[in-house]
Amino acid sequence: MVGLATVFGAGGGTSSYQEAAAADVIVMWGSNARNAHPIFFHHVMKAVNNGSKLFVVDPRRSETAQFADRWLGLHVGTDIALSNTIAREIIHAGLAHTAFVERATSNFDAYAASVEDWTLERGEQVTGVPADAIRQLAHTYAQADAAQMCWTLGITEHHNGVDNVLALINLALLTGQVGRYGAGLSPLRGQNNVQGGGDMGALPNKLPGFQDVVDDLARKKFETAWHATIPAENGWHLTEMFEAMERGDLKSVMVIGENPAQSEADGPHAVDLLEGLDHLVVQDIFLTKTAQLADVVLPGSTSWCESEGTVTNSERRVQRVRKALNPPGNARQDIQILLALAAEFGHHWHYETNEDIWDELRSLSPMHAGMSWARLEELGGIQWPCFSEDRLEPSYLHGRLWADDPTDRGRLAPFSVVIDDPPVEAVSDEFPLRLTTGRRLDSYNTGVQSAGYRSPNRRGETIDVSPEDAERMGIADGEIVYVTSPRGSVEAPVLIDPGLRPGLVFMTFHFPDEIDVNVLTIDATDPKSGTAEFKACAVRIDKIATQYAAAGQ
Amino acid sequence: MDLKTRSAPPTDDEQRAVDSVLGAAPERNVHDVSGGHAYRAKRHLLLPTLHAVNDRVGWISETSIDYIATRLDVSPAEIYGVASFYALFSMKQRPSHQVHVCVDLACRAYGGMTEHELPAGAHPTPCLGLCEQAPAAFVTDAGSPNRQTVAGHVTPVEVRAWAGGTTPDREAERVATVPQAGDPSLVLLKRAGRIDPLDIDAYIADGGFLALAKARQLGPEGVIAEVNDSGLVGRGGAAFPTGRKWEAVRTQPIFPHYLICNADESEPGTFKDRALIENDPFALVESMAIAAFATNCQHGYIYLRGEYPRAHATLQHAITESRRGGYIGSNSGSDFDITIVKGAGAYICGEETAIFNSIEGYRGEPRNKPPFPVEVGVFGKPTVVNNVETLMNIPSIVLDGGQAHASLGSHGSKGRRLFCVSGAVKVPGVYEVVYGITLGGLIELAGGLRDGSELQAVLLGGAAGGFAGPGDLDLELTMEVTRNVGLSLGSGVVKVLDQTVDLVDQLQRLAAFFRDESCGQCVPCRVGTVRQEEAISRLASGARDGDLDLLRDIGQAMKDASICGLGQTAYNAIETAIVRLGVFSNA
Repeated sequence: MVGLATVFGAGGGTSSYQEAAAADVIVMWGSNARNAHPIFFHHVMKAVNNGSKLFVVDPRRSETAQFADRWLGLHVGTDIALSNTIAREIIHAGLAHTAFVERATSNFDAYAASVEDWTLERGEQVTGVPADAIRQLAHTYAQADAAQMCWTLGITEHHNGVDNVLALINLALLTGQVGRYGAGLSPLRGQNNVQGGGDMGALPNKLPGFQDVVDDLARKKFETAWHATIPAENGWHLTEMFEAMERGDLKSVMVIGENPAQSEADGPHAVDLLEGLDHLVVQDIFLTKTAQLADVVLPGSTSWCESEGTVTNSERRVQRVRKALNPPGNARQDIQILLALAAEFGHHWHYETNEDIWDELRSLSPMHAGMSWARLEELGGIQWPCFSEDRLEPSYLHGRLWADDPTDRGRLAPFSVVIDDPPVEAVSDEFPLRLTTGRRLDSYNTGVQSAGYRSPNRRGETIDVSPEDAERMGIADGEIVYVTSPRGSVEAPVLIDPGLRPGLVFMTFHFPDEIDVNVLTIDATDPKSGTAEFKACAVRIDKIATQYAAAGQ
Repeated sequence: MDLKTRSAPPTDDEQRAVDSVLGAAPERNVHDVSGGHAYRAKRHLLLPTLHAVNDRVGWISETSIDYIATRLDVSPAEIYGVASFYALFSMKQRPSHQVHVCVDLACRAYGGMTEHELPAGAHPTPCLGLCEQAPAAFVTDAGSPNRQTVAGHVTPVEVRAWAGGTTPDREAERVATVPQAGDPSLVLLKRAGRIDPLDIDAYIADGGFLALAKARQLGPEGVIAEVNDSGLVGRGGAAFPTGRKWEAVRTQPIFPHYLICNADESEPGTFKDRALIENDPFALVESMAIAAFATNCQHGYIYLRGEYPRAHATLQHAITESRRGGYIGSNSGSDFDITIVKGAGAYICGEETAIFNSIEGYRGEPRNKPPFPVEVGVFGKPTVVNNVETLMNIPSIVLDGGQAHASLGSHGSKGRRLFCVSGAVKVPGVYEVVYGITLGGLIELAGGLRDGSELQAVLLGGAAGGFAGPGDLDLELTMEVTRNVGLSLGSGVVKVLDQTVDLVDQLQRLAAFFRDESCGQCVPCRVGTVRQEEAISRLASGARDGDLDLLRDIGQAMKDASICGLGQTAYNAIETAIVRLGVFSNA
């Protein structure tokens, strides 16, 4: 989101789901959407079925990659190298959209100079992807009538995740593949309302509607409405909070609907820090591992059936959710918990209904102004921005960049010079394998919400290994091995996956109670977004000498 | 896609068979894999691939299904669904030597064995299209090379020997199928027995490819005008005006256009297409080249039934030679070329839309109409589907003019017609006549009834047709006259049954045939053909109240509500036997 906000001023995907079907080329970069975003992937499959070309860029030949017309299996963390190589090839082949570049963008010359060294040969050497494949992706993407660039955590969960995003945005700017129906940039969101959280200002530097905390005018507007003073500087993001805990600057924390004790990289360290707090409050619907560390647990409500309000999905569509049940026992609607807390702090906020809260938001956030609940209900959801009740904006963002009138075009979208920067932890003789992490179809994050359901596909945690490595190390499918990184060691059963190449191994983080993979991962983070480098660390695999008895023996 | 396979590799033989059609598998590459559309675009090669495996290995194993699935990017379940649709493919391991013995109407009536009489190692099969040399058998030996033999006039002694592992040392007669061979008045069959079907020079010397040259002078509109003038209608059974079909495709703005020659001759009692292909294959190639020229078709398919190995070889040779001679293919001035697609033992694949699915590599289930094939046919493109006999009329229409064709026959039935005469006649075979001959006249043409035979019934038009009785000898064999009395000429079947034939047994076999060949896609046919067989079985073993009414109800339901002609006609012949011949009249 930081990358998109930097370039376009708004931190959201630029396209709608339905536009995927209108794209004749779809690039999924660092995204195993087949498993991790199955709903969005249905739209992709529709497009593919209608003849759209699909490219998948991923170190693993993932389930998504197996749908691709071409899979580019780059080395972990060489995304910028690949993107810069593609850019140079597009420029040198004369396929850049010069009219768009001249009218709608800035900083092109510096960008073009920065990618000039990235010949196909160098790109192949750094990324491992054959020059021919890079060339095909470059030419096909540039020449598409409408191309979608989609990505997920394979791009963002790096120490330079924001730069990775900027590298992809550069390609869209270079070819004019943004701001048109079907052509756009689509970061896929991991949770049903993660977009809504950002929309509502649950970001350290934003007020609701992506208005800047440091913008005096915006802040003033909210202060007037709220009869309160808002700190004029940006807050901390999650990683900075943990750093502040480490320094001792942060002593009291309230966690709502998160499970950092299990989802943070280098998990044991995160638990130490949480345990060291003076005061920890957790508001959740489950007694998570984090909640078990808390001084106070506030039982919240299930958003999809126990509360009235809205959610926003990945395509910026705000939708109504309705209450079907009362929360059980002493649990309350989350907003009621917050109102009660505010009252304890001396602020007696009063709303007759949840709709009143929404209408207050509409009065403060221009992009939500046209979304009355009645209209949301009538239209089955509305995409932001929606500035007035009498009209709808296009399903895609940034159409302004194509406007003839420079005033309508507004702020030019800048190219970003991004430098190839390999993962913080290089593989070594001691830790010769590159571990990358990801998700599977039938489990969700740390399993808090999915472990309670049975799935015929769920195999528990495994260490996925290429057939070549398995043979070289003499380890068999299902054999339990030690997996060790510089930070720690876990035991896990081996799964041989021909989608992996020698030297690359894979684990999920769905089963922290059985195998805590984040013992292995590195807590290098991107200073711009706070996201940790879950996608790259170095490990080794050791056979366990003891022979385990087979089941029943 | 993310296929789920059992991860076991194919055997060497299986892999070679698959690769012979799909090309060698790409090497494992850990940084770059192409797939997706490029793989799925080969889906139309699924049926040939399954043939290759079945021919070489003898059956289609799970490992070969998995391997084909990964090569085509199609799920193994779907491959299984297609493979198991066809009777010639086995999904279970079996000996490489297979003996298929015809137990259908003509063969069982005249010396053939029934399902229950077959020795171990021999399998019953529906009509093999060799009724004039009944009884017939089809013997296959899987391997490389693969061997397939069709034999006629087989004896129970031979069947037992073959079932024991030996292979027939003779093939069915080719020219014997055409008793009129050499008769100078013949048009459709004029080259049978006179010209070597493997010699393109002999064909050219006999006036071959002159019609194609004239067609090019006439232009597409000119050719279609002649075909319209001729009054030619489809000979596959539905009798749709050929010129109208061609005009509809010619004017379609969507490309490419496809031409399909329906040679999936599986209607029990029909063998005319085989006679035409085996005796005059170049004429079919020329006819298709003309049809493609007139309708602006870019590619042609001949969908040939899988039990015609010699017709396949003959036709393949003719296509290769015609390509070399510059009559089709890239040297012909147009890019029109012809591919043979071999069926695999599914009667339903003679239905024109089922052919599309079969060619495309799907289960051969008929499609709903509309859209009609002239608009949305094979691969979703405008498609002409013509029967072999229909196409074989084209050269003479082009050379002699449509009027000459239209001047023959009756008001409602123009030109010449092939009849497949089998059963209790002295000289069974394919007969070419001008429309208007009577049933009695045709039987006389075939040498009359065998000595000692008394006419009991005649099955007209095949399993989807109906029974005529001894009182119908004066019946004019035209479309309009037969239609008026509730019969049809269908595919030209005239199966003559004498007093030795058990009509009830014939009806039971008919019912079993339809039950077996129903594709199961739509309920009226899937359920109706089973209920029909049960009711006939009960009637055969003694009267049961209401079964005749039940049969009528089932027949009506199938006629009203089935998707395709199979279900719609599954009760026809049985109904005529009951109504016209009084079978089960004691019930």
